[in-house]
Amino acid sequence: MLGKGVVGGGGGTKAPKPSFVSYVRPEEIHTNEKEVTEKEVTLHLLPGEQLLCEASTVLKYVQEDSCQRGIYGKLVCTDFKIAFLGDDESALDNDETQFKNKVIGENDITLHCVDQIYGVFDEKKKPLFGQLKKYPEKLIIHCKDLRVFHFGLRYTKEEEVKRIVSGIIHHTQAPKLLKRLFLFSYATAAQNNTATDPKNHTVMFDTLKDWCWELERTKGNVKYKAVSVNEGYKVSDRLPAYFVVPTPLPEEDVRCFQGRGIPIWCWSCHNGCALLKMSALPKEQDDGLLQIQKSFLDGIYKTVHRPPYEIVKTEDLSSNFLSLQDIQTAYSKFKQLFLIDNSTEFWDTDIKWFSLLESSSWLDIIRRCLKKAIEITECLEAQNMNVLLLEENASDLCCLLSSLVQVMMDPHCRTRVGFQSLVQKEWIMGGHCFLDRCNHLRQSDKEEHQRQLSLPLTQSKSSPKRGFFREETDHLIKNLLGKRISKLINSSDELQDNFREFYESWHSKPTDYHGLLLPHIEGPEIKVWAQRYLRWIPEAQILGGGRVATMSKLLEMMEEVEHLQEKIDERHHSQGALPAEAPSLLRSSARLSSLFPFALLQRHSSKPVLPTSGWKALGDEEDLAKREDEFVDLGDV
Amino acid sequence: MASAPTSKYNSHSLENESIKRGTFFILIDKEVIYICPFNGPIKGRVYITNYRLYLRSLETDSALILDVPLGVISRIEKMGGATSRGENSYGLDITCKVRDSVLSYEGHSRRDMFEILTRYAFPLAHSLPIFAFLNEEKFNVDGWMVYNPVEEYRRQGLPNHHWRITFINKCYELCDTYPALLVVPYRASDDDLRRVATFRSRNRIPVLSWIHPENKTVIVRCSQPLVGMSGKRNKDDEKYLDVIRETNRQISKLTIYDARPNVNAVANKATGGGYESDDAYHNAELFFLDIHNIHVMRESLKKVKDIVYPNVEESHWLSSLESTHWLEHIKLVLTGAIQVADKVSSGKSSVLVHCSDGWDRTAQLTSLAMLMLDSYYRSIEGFEILVQKEWISFGHKFASFPTAFEFNERFLITILDHLYSCRFGTFLYNCESVREKQKVTERTVSLWSLINSNKDKFKNPFYTKEINRVLYPVASMRHLELWVNYYIRWNPRIKQQQPNPVEQRYVELLALRDEYIQRLEELQLASSAKLSDPSPSPSSPSQMMPHVHTHF
Repeated sequence: MLGKGVVGGGGGTKAPKPSFVSYVRPEEIHTNEKEVTEKEVTLHLLPGEQLLCEASTVLKYVQEDSCQRGIYGKLVCTDFKIAFLGDDESALDNDETQFKNKVIGENDITLHCVDQIYGVFDEKKKPLFGQLKKYPEKLIIHCKDLRVFHFGLRYTKEEEVKRIVSGIIHHTQAPKLLKRLFLFSYATAAQNNTATDPKNHTVMFDTLKDWCWELERTKGNVKYKAVSVNEGYKVSDRLPAYFVVPTPLPEEDVRCFQGRGIPIWCWSCHNGCALLKMSALPKEQDDGLLQIQKSFLDGIYKTVHRPPYEIVKTEDLSSNFLSLQDIQTAYSKFKQLFLIDNSTEFWDTDIKWFSLLESSSWLDIIRRCLKKAIEITECLEAQNMNVLLLEENASDLCCLLSSLVQVMMDPHCRTRVGFQSLVQKEWIMGGHCFLDRCNHLRQSDKEEHQRQLSLPLTQSKSSPKRGFFREETDHLIKNLLGKRISKLINSSDELQDNFREFYESWHSKPTDYHGLLLPHIEGPEIKVWAQRYLRWIPEAQILGGGRVATMSKLLEMMEEVEHLQEKIDERHHSQGALPAEAPSLLRSSARLSSLFPFALLQRHSSKPVLPTSGWKALGDEEDLAKREDEFVDLGDV
Repeated sequence: MASAPTSKYNSHSLENESIKRGTFFILIDKEVIYICPFNGPIKGRVYITNYRLYLRSLETDSALILDVPLGVISRIEKMGGATSRGENSYGLDITCKVRDSVLSYEGHSRRDMFEILTRYAFPLAHSLPIFAFLNEEKFNVDGWMVYNPVEEYRRQGLPNHHWRITFINKCYELCDTYPALLVVPYRASDDDLRRVATFRSRNRIPVLSWIHPENKTVIVRCSQPLVGMSGKRNKDDEKYLDVIRETNRQISKLTIYDARPNVNAVANKATGGGYESDDAYHNAELFFLDIHNIHVMRESLKKVKDIVYPNVEESHWLSSLESTHWLEHIKLVLTGAIQVADKVSSGKSSVLVHCSDGWDRTAQLTSLAMLMLDSYYRSIEGFEILVQKEWISFGHKFASFPTAFEFNERFLITILDHLYSCRFGTFLYNCESVREKQKVTERTVSLWSLINSNKDKFKNPFYTKEINRVLYPVASMRHLELWVNYYIRWNPRIKQQQPNPVEQRYVELLALRDEYIQRLEELQLASSAKLSDPSPSPSSPSQMMPHVHTHF
């Protein structure tokens, strides 16, 4: 099959290496080209979207049954996306009906979704940046959503190659002005239709009323009040215009340090205990200023810590928990495991998959986040304590942990509207620096770090336990809050025991899905979220299998029951004989891929995928391998 | 092997069975201290019957702590002496098969307990009958009737023009480890079979396991050819394989899958074995599947035990799991079975599978391939037949197809539990000839009697019957997981999965659907009755059905 890679032949082009072979014969190209001209695929532009550059006769490679096939088409770049327009069978119309929520097409890559661009020069893969002296024969785009695109440019006119490659590089890598972001031109051009059902809409938390509503919902209004002291961002532009503080706290205090050192309310538990967050005061060298800070905090502290009526436990996330750098490093390693260029790479990494996964530490980070959230939950729920999260700006790990705690404790946050409101409350209004963390303006590489913070939240639906709890010697708190307060921090042993008891007793009881939910945190229970991370890898798809098989059975049954119910109702109303009709079953679970609904059916054939690389060295079991077979009783093990 | 009191797989509750059946009788009833590997010493009361050992806590609600059929005990040792100092240093150390070891301490004399346990845990060494022969349990269904080879072959459309049933092994004289009934090519005479037997290890000649209903390609199993160092050939064997190849009228070659790694197959020549060479078998193509032998597998399983008992390795769970190689073995077996299934399903050629003697790896491959190919084996009875017919070591390999199997996880775990319990005769002895000699079917109860009398407990509600659908699992580490609910179920820290919410909801919906269908039928009857009787009857709102809550 290798020979088929030599397409065109002329111009001194060498036969590509197996990993980049295009299995397209010259005759296929001709027929395909004809088809392209016949079936002109039109580019769908959003309102306000502009076409910037394009190139034709570009080959898009599709992985299929461990070999690659090519599709000819046009590659375009707009001010919103990169799109490939080809006659791709995998994007058949009947598949589209399964994806009613699809916003971006299968061959669309929004500019902000591009993670890394590589060029293939003489069979070597190199990252592409800035001005190019030489243009690649193949373009590989790794996306932030883990898709990998291979575009062959060998048959594209040189002028067009230059234009499209430099266009794509420029529009995905060069720094951008905020006002040039596509969403502004889109918003200007698009009709604003935000007609929402007032009863069933996301709470935006941009009015005093929204906060009062949330206080009322959680019965937090007894001890906490919404304030408008930051209206017009007079006090701080980091804080939202409206937020909630303890009732006894004087509003002037908020102004003292531009809202720093103030316990800001996140959520109230059914027993009246609250989850609070606080950003750190500026670091001072001067003793006099430190003294002022100390007495200020002492005063503040009394508003949430009034033993024996109310006790607060402080969690310092800046010094006693994961660093943002840890999270970023782990995620970069982790995502690399899913950005797979070809089948060979998939099977080569399969043998050492578990150790690769472990060395990324990503699952361990998930476990530690979940564990911390369970500890906080235990304080609130079992110890009747307020929990105060401390962090430099209270806008990274605070957002993550307070959201996790609320998802576990508050069933409202597990509804669609509730979850959206939670994101709005904790992340958008919570002041998470999306612009920097996601580096929307591509300012420099160092800003890129800390980007993936919101991911542990979405991944935490899986489950983890033990061993990562660090010594609770809290320097920051000691310094900031004085010795008296640091006594309040429990010793780690005690905490560990409380945690264990709480965790185990919850798991030993039957689950009420509308109450408190705790994730499993044991080693074998923390798994990769396959539907998210493996969704674009054809080798990893199980046809007719996976969790979707049971889910679609459930949905079918629900449809059937609803249909029967309607028939019964109609009978009661009309009393007449109704024509018997079969329930419309849209889904056919057998044919769906395990990655549905996140990926299209990419494998057309029902042939099995077979590993292409075999067995690792056995090591110390070599002598056993040489022994004769015998009839042995497995029970001796 | 401490069974967690909450374990949902404690299917046999003592109160119901132990005393009322005449065959269970209590031998020992004493207070002891049990050293729980997970929770430390527990004071309890131990009972030993001629079938099992069980222990009730004297501390917490007399919870059942241990429930161990004596058959799973592999070793009993005395610990310390009567004068030993220190707490709990005098007692018995009991080790169980597959699962974990038990430390049991006694306050006073342990001699009688040791002797009784030793006698009843190892009955054959003490000239006592195995418990299965004493068991007088009665079930509604006779599990021994489940597997009838003639019927199973008939289901597959056999005999046909190309395959016949032979009684050559009726008295096990051709091959003592083969069943009495064999399916062989029509064109091979019994004399041919005898000559082929001389060239196959332990006389295990190639016989049919499964035939594709449409393309008529077959899966044939056997042991290795006796090639030896000198590279011996056997014309009859060569001809026999060619006859097999020709049965489906395909021109292509016969595919031989040798389950072993290449090097091992070569090494086997030294002991008289070997594999089919290209020179001798022109019309066959040989592939090695690189599956390791039982010793390597056992070592690997032992390592799995080390990482889950008594504590589950946590911070390095994945790398520890990887270092056991267990899932790698599973991956190779699965990959091999997929290849067998694909070859047969595509109709390209018939397949012959062997390893050395053809019972461990061969049976695994053929039965897994048959499970992929033939949806019948995914039903409860079909699976029982497959086990009875081919023997199967079942991992959690098909968890990725939650709607394709009629049975649930409990079914598999029950089978595995009774592999060692000695309560049923199903897994006694090594081959059919000995089982027949011992009259196992007359003198013992079948495990399938237990299961088939309570089928509902073992059913998967999501099961969707699909004839002729081939299942291809993905043999990638990305999808393989350790079977936690089997291998780590005794650890109270790893909690049993609570009833799956999706499954629960589905069962509720099924019940609702049946109720609605019945309701609709009643309404239909009522309205047809009304048509003949025109007097109006107002429908009351109270008759309306409550609406489905779709809060799920």
